[in-house]
Amino acid sequence: MTRKQRRLILIGSSLGVLAIAAVLVLSAMSDSIVFFNSPTDIAEKHIAPGTRIRVGGLVKPGSVQRGENLNIRFEVTDGKSDVTVRYQGIVPDLFREGQGVVTEGKLEAGGIVADMVLAKHDERYMPREVSDALKKAGRWEETAGQTSGGTPR
Amino acid sequence: MIPELGHYALVLALALGLIQSIAPIVGAATRDAGLMRLASSTAVMQFLFVALSFAALTVCYVTSDFSVLNVFENSHSMMPLIYKMSSVWGNHEGSMLLWVLILALFGALVALFGANLPATLKAHVLAVQSWIACAFYLFILLTSNPFVRTAEAPFEGRDLNPILQDPGLAIHPPLLYIGYVGFSIAFSFAIAALIEGRIDAAWARWVRPWTLGAWMFLTLGIAMGSYWAYYTLGWGGFWFWDPVENASFMPWLSGTALLHSAVVMEKRNSLKIWTILLAILTFSLSLIGTFLVRSGVLTSVHSFASDPTRGVFILLILVLFIGGSLALFAWRGPILKQGGLFAPISREGALVFNNLFLTTACLTVFVGTLYPLALEGLTGAKISVGAPFFNMTFGPLFVALMCVMPFGPLLAWKRGDLYGVAQRLMAAFGIGLVAIAVTFAIEGGQSVLAPFGVGVAFFVMAGALVDLVERTALFRAPLATVRTRAMGLPRSVWGTAVAHFGIAVTLLGIIGAATWGTERILTLKPTQSVTLSGYEFTFDGLTQQAGPNYQAQVAKFSVRRDGALIAVMEPSKRAFAARSMTTNEAALLTRGSGQLYLSLGDSEPSGAIAIRLYYKPLVMLIWLGAIIMMLGGGLSLSDRRLRVGAPKPATKSAAKNTLQPAE
Repeated sequence: MTRKQRRLILIGSSLGVLAIAAVLVLSAMSDSIVFFNSPTDIAEKHIAPGTRIRVGGLVKPGSVQRGENLNIRFEVTDGKSDVTVRYQGIVPDLFREGQGVVTEGKLEAGGIVADMVLAKHDERYMPREVSDALKKAGRWEETAGQTSGGTPR
Repeated sequence: MIPELGHYALVLALALGLIQSIAPIVGAATRDAGLMRLASSTAVMQFLFVALSFAALTVCYVTSDFSVLNVFENSHSMMPLIYKMSSVWGNHEGSMLLWVLILALFGALVALFGANLPATLKAHVLAVQSWIACAFYLFILLTSNPFVRTAEAPFEGRDLNPILQDPGLAIHPPLLYIGYVGFSIAFSFAIAALIEGRIDAAWARWVRPWTLGAWMFLTLGIAMGSYWAYYTLGWGGFWFWDPVENASFMPWLSGTALLHSAVVMEKRNSLKIWTILLAILTFSLSLIGTFLVRSGVLTSVHSFASDPTRGVFILLILVLFIGGSLALFAWRGPILKQGGLFAPISREGALVFNNLFLTTACLTVFVGTLYPLALEGLTGAKISVGAPFFNMTFGPLFVALMCVMPFGPLLAWKRGDLYGVAQRLMAAFGIGLVAIAVTFAIEGGQSVLAPFGVGVAFFVMAGALVDLVERTALFRAPLATVRTRAMGLPRSVWGTAVAHFGIAVTLLGIIGAATWGTERILTLKPTQSVTLSGYEFTFDGLTQQAGPNYQAQVAKFSVRRDGALIAVMEPSKRAFAARSMTTNEAALLTRGSGQLYLSLGDSEPSGAIAIRLYYKPLVMLIWLGAIIMMLGGGLSLSDRRLRVGAPKPATKSAAKNTLQPAE
């Protein structure tokens, strides 16, 4: 085989592998990507029921109801709109009323059936998606994410 | 006084770095040996000054000097000493200082142990190393100075983020950084080779040990990080495809590719341009990783720093170094001479295959990590790319790579005999098939993927041993012969076999934990029991315990198997007052290669407590495999060929001399 032929084989097989990878990436993209929405987005956009989405906002004070078998139900708000979230399982340690939360699950009539609930995990840290959603709804103050900032104790 | 000393030492290191950035280049251009030698001294001095600076910050932490803003924000006087020390790198500023410390250390090591390097190559390498160092000194001094004082010293610090107060995380960042930053050496060598326009097998022999060393630490660092996330985050996952994890995984993938392509270059003087490109890409990925973690552009479970101005600075460093090096590569790359030819079916061909799949797999991880950022920047839509994406893209590519892996070391250089190798692998193939059949039978036909994966893992493990068995004549020759043969085998052959064996062990662990794990999430009242995978857990009650800077709520569970008490598990929750945060301390019980995992949820006023309970069979193999891989790397590193370095000019003239009489 000449150098040229060998190089062609090399280039051909590289392109082949890259093509396989591209097919894998594109098919995975269409199947497994989840869009983030704020409660207002859900109220305004018409998202098909059964779609998997992420929702972020604050846990609405007074909305948390705990049931049997670790069932929990709460509302996520961005100040403008609310959306109900149902979840079965243990919520994170920093899940509290009035705090930022991100949930992921299926959109169904009457809210989200979540299979994942993430809370911020530091007193100074707010999930970025949440702070952006709150900013968009006009309910964000720069100090909201830093409750203990500034004053030394 | 001490913080000012640290600050001043860092400024001095920058000054030395600037000299080292220019002087050796001028020296190499004008053949001035003195200027070139200067780089060795400045590299060592740079390291000493950065070390002094780092020591100063450590002293501030150990003595709880809260007049230093960084110490006040990340430490607490009641913290145990080990966490006071680890707080130094448990925050943005300090971790960047650790970054440059390791960078300077590697520069000093090249200066000290590079005596047999060609003078101009050494000068260029040290200069490039210093360019990187200067960029990061400036970054620290201008945007993230850890030595800034507060006007009034507070009495108490704000404490280190409690998730980071853990022995695993105390040593995880240094390991990871040694890996990341270690690739800078390969980068500097690559740039130096491009500047000189000359590259040969000796170059690869020089680069390989550094890359191998960095790779070993990165492997261990990633494994430690994974184990840390597994037991700290409380939900029993060992890999989340989180952007920050991917940031360390991408350099690992391309670094692994680099290790393999450097072998081709060293042995066959081929794939030169590709090896240079990989060296550049690997360190670029390390830089991108630093950018992703440090700039706060990502939402992640790990990132504890977020400040956009720093992000812009690191982005500049990134553009400068990656863009600059790739431009240099495009300009100078073509002058490098092409090396030896090889047939597609050959050891070289197999290593090309390895590189092709590793880099493509790395590319899919790259796309999955950065696509959400790009999309948000372009359209404003926020998406999350989670585990399913990576399982569907990275998974098949890596499994394909593993299927071909046993063939590589058995193929001959230049032109291999695929049929012959397949025959030699028959036994390994048979073991793989038996493993599939046995797994399928035990599992009762639940899934096809898991038995197939187990088959691949056993095929790779057996395949790794085939080479050793054949070359030591095990089972054929008397034991004494086998021993002498085993002693005589190059260490790098052992290294290859061990590392390949290790990755199969990891694969086995991943399959076991992901497919055959069982879990229960429920609430238990005191004295109530629950059974999982044959283990009975009885909740004995809650107690309160005081730690140095936290209050712990400890739950006690008796674990019984067939009625006999085998252990007591005590998962707990720790409440840290300084940050009003709680952390979850899962209780782990190792049974063989599997683990029982118990973590706490909320407790109810009635005394009942929510728990998560997992049984993860084979899970320990994931990290055991990583340790085996690292040992394989170590064996390779101890190979005589690499220790001795590159005696190239000597052998060449020797070869000439011996040839002369024949003329």
